[in-house]
Amino acid sequence: MTASQVIFYIIAGFILATGFLAVTASRIFRSAIWLLFSLIGIAALFFWMHLEFIAAVQITVYVGGIVVLIIFSIFLTQKSGAKMAKPARSRALFAGLAVLLGFALSFILISLYHFQAETSLALNAGVSDIGTQLMRTNGEGYALPLEVVSILLLAALIGCIVIAMKSKPAGKETTPEHLKGKSEEMINT
Amino acid sequence: MSHLSYIVWILLLPLANFALLGLTGRKLLKGISGVIGTSVLLVVAALASMAVYQYFFVYGKLDGIYHLINVLQFEWLKFSPNVSIGMGVALDPISVMMLFIVSVVSLMVHVFSLGYMKGEERFGTYYAFLSLFTFSMLSLVISTNIFQIYIFWELVGISSYLLIGFYYDKPSAVAASKKAFIVTRFADLGFLVGILILSFGAGTLDIHTLIIRLTTVQSPQLLGMTTSSFLGISALTWGLTLVFIGGAGKSAMFPLHVWLPDAMEGPTPISALIHAATMVVAGVYLVARLFPLYSFDVSSLNIVAYVGAISALLPAIIACTQNDIKRVLAYSTISQIGYMMFGLGVSGYSGELGLGYMASMFHLFTHAFFKSLLFLCAGAIIHLVQSNDVKDMGGLRKLMPITHIAFLVGCLSIAGIPPFSGFFSKEEILSAAYQSNKLIYGVGVFTSMLTAFYMFRLYFRIFHSRAQNRELAHGEGSLSMKLPLVVLAVSATLAGFVPFSLFVTPDHAPIEAHVDLIFSIFPVVLSVAAILFAARLYRTQNARPAKIATSLGKIYRFAYRKFYFDEIYLFVSKKIIFNLIGRPAAWIDKHIVDGLMNLLAATTVKISVLIKGFQSGKLQNYAVYFFAGIIGLAALFVYFRQSP
Amino acid sequence: MNNVPLVQILFVSTGLFFIGMYGLFSRRNLITILMSIELMLNSVNINFVAFNKYLYTTQLNGVIFTIFIITIAAAEAAVAIAIIINLYRSHHSIDVEDAGELKY
Repeated sequence: MTASQVIFYIIAGFILATGFLAVTASRIFRSAIWLLFSLIGIAALFFWMHLEFIAAVQITVYVGGIVVLIIFSIFLTQKSGAKMAKPARSRALFAGLAVLLGFALSFILISLYHFQAETSLALNAGVSDIGTQLMRTNGEGYALPLEVVSILLLAALIGCIVIAMKSKPAGKETTPEHLKGKSEEMINT
Repeated sequence: MSHLSYIVWILLLPLANFALLGLTGRKLLKGISGVIGTSVLLVVAALASMAVYQYFFVYGKLDGIYHLINVLQFEWLKFSPNVSIGMGVALDPISVMMLFIVSVVSLMVHVFSLGYMKGEERFGTYYAFLSLFTFSMLSLVISTNIFQIYIFWELVGISSYLLIGFYYDKPSAVAASKKAFIVTRFADLGFLVGILILSFGAGTLDIHTLIIRLTTVQSPQLLGMTTSSFLGISALTWGLTLVFIGGAGKSAMFPLHVWLPDAMEGPTPISALIHAATMVVAGVYLVARLFPLYSFDVSSLNIVAYVGAISALLPAIIACTQNDIKRVLAYSTISQIGYMMFGLGVSGYSGELGLGYMASMFHLFTHAFFKSLLFLCAGAIIHLVQSNDVKDMGGLRKLMPITHIAFLVGCLSIAGIPPFSGFFSKEEILSAAYQSNKLIYGVGVFTSMLTAFYMFRLYFRIFHSRAQNRELAHGEGSLSMKLPLVVLAVSATLAGFVPFSLFVTPDHAPIEAHVDLIFSIFPVVLSVAAILFAARLYRTQNARPAKIATSLGKIYRFAYRKFYFDEIYLFVSKKIIFNLIGRPAAWIDKHIVDGLMNLLAATTVKISVLIKGFQSGKLQNYAVYFFAGIIGLAALFVYFRQSP
Repeated sequence: MNNVPLVQILFVSTGLFFIGMYGLFSRRNLITILMSIELMLNSVNINFVAFNKYLYTTQLNGVIFTIFIITIAAAEAAVAIAIIINLYRSHHSIDVEDAGELKY
């Protein structure tokens, strides 16, 4: 067993353990922290595979962005120390069974399939390589998908603002004119 | 024929006028729509007169025979290389004659309506409908193609429907328009089937080709049609009889005549135009158009003759008992069209034998003038008295002198008193009947006597009899109402002197026809006697008519109730058709057809109640279904995967 | 690192995916459901990168797809959180069981 293998098993165990804790922890804030650790573990897995750029993106976007966002929304909507309602036992049992079955099926299929490497060359995934291919317009370039994704991101941002914006002051909400008479009638009868 | 291409304008002008007045006649041009319509018709009538002159005296005659001129011909619908429906304008003696009659009478009615319909709420709409009718009637008569005839046939039907129901706030008018529409539609079914049979047998819809193919003795089409038979009657006879049923419906022939008296609910000028002079003779025109075929097929021609004779006699008897001025005129119209029909029915094809055909067309020509004259007079009288009932009239001689003279001219003409026009045409029909069928001749003479009696009964009761004390809102009527009366009265007097036999004959070759004075004495004496009898009964107020009516007893009641035709039809439709067919059909519709639908709906509801639990609103359930589906699909793919 | 077979990495990603799915099925709080979805997305990322690394070493498609997925996950998280906050405003709760009006 080489050092590389040992490191992989440690990382794998860490990812699965923290992931499991993230979906089972009873306090939501802890759950978010376990998620954070799990994501860091995945970043570590990328490092282990010598994909430093992806690992960096993983940490900046997930750890630095999304998890912080989630934590903010927890602060906005929850009392941080409170325990969450436990799932019904039957539901948890059913979910566990279904998940185990699904996992078994998927993993059996995966292990039965013999993946064969195309070449034995090492992957060259430097930042400049990724950037060149991402921006290239000919060959195997990804310029168009990149633009599409940028627009999607912009749309999502604007959408978030529109959705989360307070539409009108709560006090001013009134029933529409044509419903007024009806509701009064219903009250009277 | 580029010289005659202006004929197309005769058709297009009324159509354009209909579009213009139909769109703007309610508001924009309401006041002047009558003037517009009348001036357009003036142009049309002038063009039609020019066409008459050019056809009969300039272009039409070739080697002493009037031949068919196709002014315009194009293919409209092509079903197969052999069968296509064409549209076109064809001129031959009868279509030119009809062009003239329709446009002149229509012009007179337009002028008359200026006064009669003045101040009417839907004045513009009225003129739009008039234009529509004029367009469709003119297009009908110049058709080259039997299907084109059918199209315009339906179009005159619909304009007649619109105009009968013009006063649509009157329930009786609505009922009458529906009755007219349904009865004629019923007959048109026969017409359509007849067209299909004939065109299937002949392989063409073009009238000219059809006639040539089916009258050439050795042609394969004729052989095919005479050898194939149904119920022992040949296909040719079936086709012609069915076409005649269509014509009989439109021309109100027995037993489909019930709609015409009720159609008098429309404005009186409409009755003069549509239900006296033009549309109702369309059936006669149709038979005349296909006359070579009818004269070829004796059995169908006999049907035409006998139906015509019965239709001449029965309405004449009914007319003697009626009190509504317009209904009397309507029955007399049916009777006169019956004359035309049996005139055709007793006619032969070529040479002197074609006298009946020629006389029938001649009668159509003169009848158009004197009957529209009578109707317009009736319109003037009704306008003054504000009632249709003869009992409300009487002693109008002094009040409306012009109308009085015009009505008298019309009555003398229809009674067949020389030298008025009706005399000439009627005598020729009678002499044609005398030569071929004595029974029909007898019926014709008797009807002629009855005609004289009931027309003068009407005349004396309206203009003589006792004078009523009445306060009148206005006098005889404006110039626009008097002028058409004068014009038509003059035409009705002089039309008989047209040498008709030189122009219109079945084989298009002129024949020499003369009125045999000795022969005419008998019918004329009978008519004069009938007039004198009517004068004795109705000239002054007396009790004799009532006495006669009671002495006739049942027969009088029978005729007064119009031989119970309406009741028979009601019995057949309400008691038999409704009970035996309508009710079971309604039951099937209600319980089986609707029941199936209800069952379907109920099943859908039940199933949806059963499965609506899936739409629980619980997000996680949806996620479970989703993943279950994916797993299921994956399992399927794995199970059925092809081993490499 | 080549002495770790691909199947073992796929074991990790599959496991993480089904852990996420368990959270998706059993959790009631909308934010934790969102977290589970993030876990599932990340397991897919691992798959992409691993396939790229092990099987198609001459290309970069897997890596680039990973970048796209991360981007889209960020957008999705932002929108989801906006919706959750709006829901909290109207229902005063972010429990999925409380937001069940959209049904038959």
